[in-house]
Amino acid sequence: MHPTNALGSPVPRREGREKVTGAARYAAEHTPPGCAYAWPVPATVASGRVTAVDGTAAAALPGVIGVLTPFDAPRLGASEDPTLQLLQDPRVPHRGWYVALVVADTLEGARAAASEVRVTYASEPHDVILRADHPDAYTPDEANGGHPGHREQGDPDTALSAAPVRIDCTYAVPPLHNHPMEPHAATADWDAGRHHLTVHDSSQGAGPVRAALASLFKLPEDGITVVSEHVGGGFGSKGTPRPHVVLAAMAALHYGRPVKLALPRGHLPATVGHRAPTLHRISLGAHADGTLTALTHEVTTHTSRVREFVEQAAVPARVMYAVPDVRTTHRAVALDVPTPSWMRAPGEAPGMYALESAMDELADALGIDPVELRVRNEPASEPDSGRPFSSRHLVECLREGAERFGWARSRAPRHEGPYLIGAGVASATYPVLVAPSTARAHARPDGGYLVEINATDIGTGARTVLAQVAADALRVPVGRVAVAIGHTGLPAASLAGGSCGTASWGWAVHDACAALTARLGSHRGPLPAEGLSASADTTQSAKQKSPYARHAFGAHFAEVQVDTVSGEVRVRRLLGVFAAGRILNPQTARSQFKGAMVMGLGMALTEHSTVDAAFGDFTENDLAAYHVPVHADVPDIEAHWIDEHDKHLNPMGSKGIGEIGIVGTAAAIGNAVAHATGQRLRELPLTPDRVLTALHGSA
Amino acid sequence: MKPFAYVRATSLQQAVDAHACRPGSRYLGGGTNLVDLMKHDVETPTTLIDISRLPLNRVEELPAGGLRIGATVPNADLAAHPLVRSGYPALSQALLAGASGQLRNVATTGGNLLQRTRCPYFQDVSKPCNKRDPGTGCGARDSTYRDLAVLGHSEHCVATHPSDMAVALAALDAGIELYGDTEGPRQVAATAFHRLPGAHPEQDTLIRPGEIVTAVVLPPAAPGAVSLYRKARDRASYAFALASVAAVLELADGRVRHVALAFGGLAHRPWRATVAEQLLAGAPLTDENVLRAVDAELAQARPLRGNAFKVGLARNLARDSLAALAQACGGEPPERLP
Repeated sequence: MHPTNALGSPVPRREGREKVTGAARYAAEHTPPGCAYAWPVPATVASGRVTAVDGTAAAALPGVIGVLTPFDAPRLGASEDPTLQLLQDPRVPHRGWYVALVVADTLEGARAAASEVRVTYASEPHDVILRADHPDAYTPDEANGGHPGHREQGDPDTALSAAPVRIDCTYAVPPLHNHPMEPHAATADWDAGRHHLTVHDSSQGAGPVRAALASLFKLPEDGITVVSEHVGGGFGSKGTPRPHVVLAAMAALHYGRPVKLALPRGHLPATVGHRAPTLHRISLGAHADGTLTALTHEVTTHTSRVREFVEQAAVPARVMYAVPDVRTTHRAVALDVPTPSWMRAPGEAPGMYALESAMDELADALGIDPVELRVRNEPASEPDSGRPFSSRHLVECLREGAERFGWARSRAPRHEGPYLIGAGVASATYPVLVAPSTARAHARPDGGYLVEINATDIGTGARTVLAQVAADALRVPVGRVAVAIGHTGLPAASLAGGSCGTASWGWAVHDACAALTARLGSHRGPLPAEGLSASADTTQSAKQKSPYARHAFGAHFAEVQVDTVSGEVRVRRLLGVFAAGRILNPQTARSQFKGAMVMGLGMALTEHSTVDAAFGDFTENDLAAYHVPVHADVPDIEAHWIDEHDKHLNPMGSKGIGEIGIVGTAAAIGNAVAHATGQRLRELPLTPDRVLTALHGSA
Repeated sequence: MKPFAYVRATSLQQAVDAHACRPGSRYLGGGTNLVDLMKHDVETPTTLIDISRLPLNRVEELPAGGLRIGATVPNADLAAHPLVRSGYPALSQALLAGASGQLRNVATTGGNLLQRTRCPYFQDVSKPCNKRDPGTGCGARDSTYRDLAVLGHSEHCVATHPSDMAVALAALDAGIELYGDTEGPRQVAATAFHRLPGAHPEQDTLIRPGEIVTAVVLPPAAPGAVSLYRKARDRASYAFALASVAAVLELADGRVRHVALAFGGLAHRPWRATVAEQLLAGAPLTDENVLRAVDAELAQARPLRGNAFKVGLARNLARDSLAALAQACGGEPPERLP
């Protein structure tokens, strides 16, 4: 055997051919014999109670198997997530909450019958509009990720009033929706003979889905198999089990038939989470040389009445800059809205939009180059904790980005006919997380290897990268390693979230393969027919608290054109430089960075969900109205990285790369628009109505 | 989606006959809008009469000049047609500004005219909508949704017409050919085809029950006339107009011999700016005259909560478009007022 260098090589995505030829099977593409179809019925009031569900007309339609309602649906066991307590009580906590489920022989039949279900409500007044001065706002103990809701060091108010230069600004990020290309779907099949439930689910983690189903349906975990072999994107919305999989399993168990439930796009905004709107107030105080003296970041956000979720948008300010007097705090308001949840870089994406916009405003106020201002406030250790950074190369990212982008040349805003051209910069950060996982590696007598782990590839390239990790640990060519993932029958592993999949799974795969290599090294003679195996469990190593503050960093640069006639903003160039440890596969990594930058472009310019005060729902419920960027919006995007060696991470030396690409994009674009126009817009997205109003005054 | 019957028409007469004897039936062209609306129960036809294979798929040059465009000509083909591109650039540009490449390959000329508003309240059967269910009220009027009308709306409806193509046809003085079981053939002006909502927003057009759009007729393009279509939108493709303008201009000795201006995204129908046109006719095309004329037109606007920006946007688009056309006519662009 010879040492190989699979890690660091641009190994093509293993399942790419299957995906583009349509051979890859997604959750809704498994159709067991006798499969029935379920269609859920959403509530049409924003608050109140279901008083009656009349399914008579629906049940009378041909092929209808049944209608389940809050009054007669099977009773569920406990769930950690109350949004999974479906059809258990008549309370309606928000519009779009499911109040019935129709099951029929065909998809069309289920859909037609669902529209015949008559639901009556005792509706109550609702409140869905977030305001910074909402009387019900409270400071939560914890925000998402377990971060303290409130942190304060020194005396930021006094420091602010003493600061020679101050800015005090508010920013707003609207509700946003993940909208993965593949809507949420599940196929559930109950084998009464074997007493076994098999579920194909579009999920970021089959393990948590199985655990939730076991508790809800009071089944042993080994009586359930969950498969998530191919997943068409998730962006956090599939990070936890969602209503569709519970309803599919409920119907399969209740009716004794396989049941498929694929959510229509229009149901997603109310049922699978969203990025909560965030209202930011940021004050910065600085000396004339740009040295920060004070920082306050106050975030007001909404949560639902079902489950508390607080977008941790003030948390990145605890990481970024050296400031002695700091307050970072969150306030939440429980409204009659769907429960918000994870959306790519929760906390960092909206928080860094606000913080990095404020830094740009401070740079303007000081007359200091925005790159330079950031460099001057580089901390020696993590500001909030005082811990040393395991590695931090933000300054290098800023410098290299400025060089590659031609930052110095782009600093003079200019006209081209009706267009105003400007450039902007923003920093990015994302924490290094890791979760315990287990893996098994197996050597066959024919020289092939199989690595097994219940990891999930949601389009990231995880399957491919794990093969690379294994190949290097086994010291064999990557082509000799098969990888099995996405199945609860495999060794348990963490979900695909928090940009920690590769770190968590890769660590277990590395350890299993290292153990197998050791076994093979001490084995004499040919391998037995059944081969040799070794397993690993990283619970001890992954849970060990690091003495270091571990984060990835990055710098985003954007060039925009603003049409003074139409108010349309188009991005001409986007460039990101990232310091994220060792990049294990440049091909799939570049795809991740670029994809996240496109998502950030949407956050900056086009994406928003409108909360309708009267009806209590999100107005945009399809991809014609919810504007994700289309190809024509996406310019030349460059993603680069710093060669970063960090010994304090994991055996691969990697940091997560799935989310940091979105983090600074919106601020960089917003700062470029301010640079181009001389007008600061503080509410996303930067649509033509807002841009025109800023350019020409109100119409 | 409700179950429905499907019949494929092999002749125009057979199609209208089928419609007459099947109450609740609808004609199916490309289906890019109708089928979506059926999935949402906004449309619940008993029968779809597929007219997509009728021999209405040709673009013909008319003997006296002008073009006759069959109703089933796909949007993509029409946009690419050499005679459309050379004689009626506003139409080609409007088509290409609409939808996406895939949709334009399927959507038809007749279907484009008859597409329904994308007002989200119209498309959601759990909400009131006078256009969808007359008498239930308007869910959109008090919302902060931006893409609503500023011109010609009524207390009953504030929806906008979504078509780009129809805006160009209004400016080009096109005619719409219709065929009905009892009416036989008739032609109406494109400017009159779409209605304002008034008390009957459920009627988008003056088409009568059972009538089929058979063709669009374009009058001969004046040799010295130039035209364009300009659309502002949230993203670069696959988005409806926040506001758009189709403009036709012919200058003689620096004065306006012919001008046609139509706005999209502002009203329940393509908004032909007759007030502005009358003020500009015969006048020198100066920036001052253009602004006075456009402002007189837009003085009729009654913006709602979230869409006052559309008035200024439409003004900018019209001013910029006429300046560009003046230059294309061989003149100097008018000197801009500060």
